[in-house]
Amino acid sequence: MDLGTILLQLGSGLIVSVEIFFLTLLFSLPLGLIVAFGRMSRNGIVRTVTKVYISVMRGTPLMLQLIVVYFGPYYLFGLRISATYRFIAVIIGFAINYAAYFAEIYRSGIESMPKGQYEAAKVLGYGRMQTFFLIILPQVIKRILPSVTNEIITLVKDTSLAFVIAVAEMFTVAKQIAAAQTTVVPLMIAGAYYYVFNLLVALAMERIEKHYRYYEM
Amino acid sequence: MENLLEIRHMRKAFDELGVLRDISLTVKKGEVVSIIGPSGSGKSTLLRCAALLENMDGGSLSYLGQTVCRPEGDAAGDSIYVPKKELRKFHRCFGLVFQNFNLFPHYSVLKNIVDAPVRVAGIPKKEAEETARSLLAQLGLEDKADAYPCQLSGGQQQRVSIARALALKPEILFFDEPTSALDPELTGEVLKVIRQLAKEHMTMIIVTHEMSFAREVSDRIIFMEEGLIQEEGTPEELFHSSKERVQEFIGKLAAS
Repeated sequence: MDLGTILLQLGSGLIVSVEIFFLTLLFSLPLGLIVAFGRMSRNGIVRTVTKVYISVMRGTPLMLQLIVVYFGPYYLFGLRISATYRFIAVIIGFAINYAAYFAEIYRSGIESMPKGQYEAAKVLGYGRMQTFFLIILPQVIKRILPSVTNEIITLVKDTSLAFVIAVAEMFTVAKQIAAAQTTVVPLMIAGAYYYVFNLLVALAMERIEKHYRYYEM
Repeated sequence: MENLLEIRHMRKAFDELGVLRDISLTVKKGEVVSIIGPSGSGKSTLLRCAALLENMDGGSLSYLGQTVCRPEGDAAGDSIYVPKKELRKFHRCFGLVFQNFNLFPHYSVLKNIVDAPVRVAGIPKKEAEETARSLLAQLGLEDKADAYPCQLSGGQQQRVSIARALALKPEILFFDEPTSALDPELTGEVLKVIRQLAKEHMTMIIVTHEMSFAREVSDRIIFMEEGLIQEEGTPEELFHSSKERVQEFIGKLAAS
């Protein structure tokens, strides 16, 4: 197999990795905010449930979580697993896992906001929703960007875990070629792809951070 | 003249600790009232209860004769507040200037002033901006409209926060130690603004440690200690109070 073919095959795997990456962010970033609200809820039951959820998500391997999400419906409810569910299971697994991490980042940001910002908003007559989305959240985003960048970079590399339920993302493809051709070249190329992917992610995040540099808190 | 603010038998405790024990206070339109007293005497808590940042435990509170909360049973009973929906309209009655400004750092100076009138009071944006710019001019900040709070000195930030409060056209303005976070030089520029407002007969309650300022600007001074109003009167009456504790407190601050 020549280098061109390897690059091409890895490229199609990369597309799957990129899909997992963006879909995970799309779902886990808002879901994380909801989980963070649950974690800070005044209702003790809601708080405990979210605490356990976060603890399990962070305390068990993502690989195992993917297996549970994929095979769970069959073992728990006897449902037949369709072929399309494979990819959906990956997205669900990643989204609920990353939401737990993002929730804790959101919480740290929200709890670090000075009380005076809430009080000023209240005295000026802002409602609770207005206060959160207009005054608090924009400042929280600025504060948590570095931690979010860390998490997103980890996500790029974590997409390779989708191989465990045989989703043909880039690393799965690289391993298959490597095994068939008895060469490490595809793995090295996959590594380079991941690196470039992350470089772009880091650059994008840097731009976003720069955008928020127009003010200080 | 009508009573703008009326507080009767206000009680407030934090964790069983009585901060306000029995406060009654009436402020008429156009009056400037200063509250002095040692730290922990309950001055700020009084303002925070009046500004609806804290719920009082007992007594009554009303603005322009309209009840915010009334006591259950007799005059000193536990406070019962009007429903939340009705409570919101009272936010239009007062403004509060904080010790540490609490400007919104991600908004420009102009947006800090304009945002609440537009979003909360429903004033057209153009009109709100005109009001904001004329307020800024009045406070000597016309060239700072597009600056961000982090680019301003403490005195400038405090003046912006006064403009922000005034933009909503409150009936009464509360100041919670407005110069305590400022050095003496910057203190002067903020006091000048408050002095100007007093001249224009803005109704104000000012919690302050600036004795000579309070004496000069106030119609009435209240001395608080241990959650009670210990002495109340015109500046002259208070500065010549026969009460030893009042004399001691004023003397200490004047000497420092």
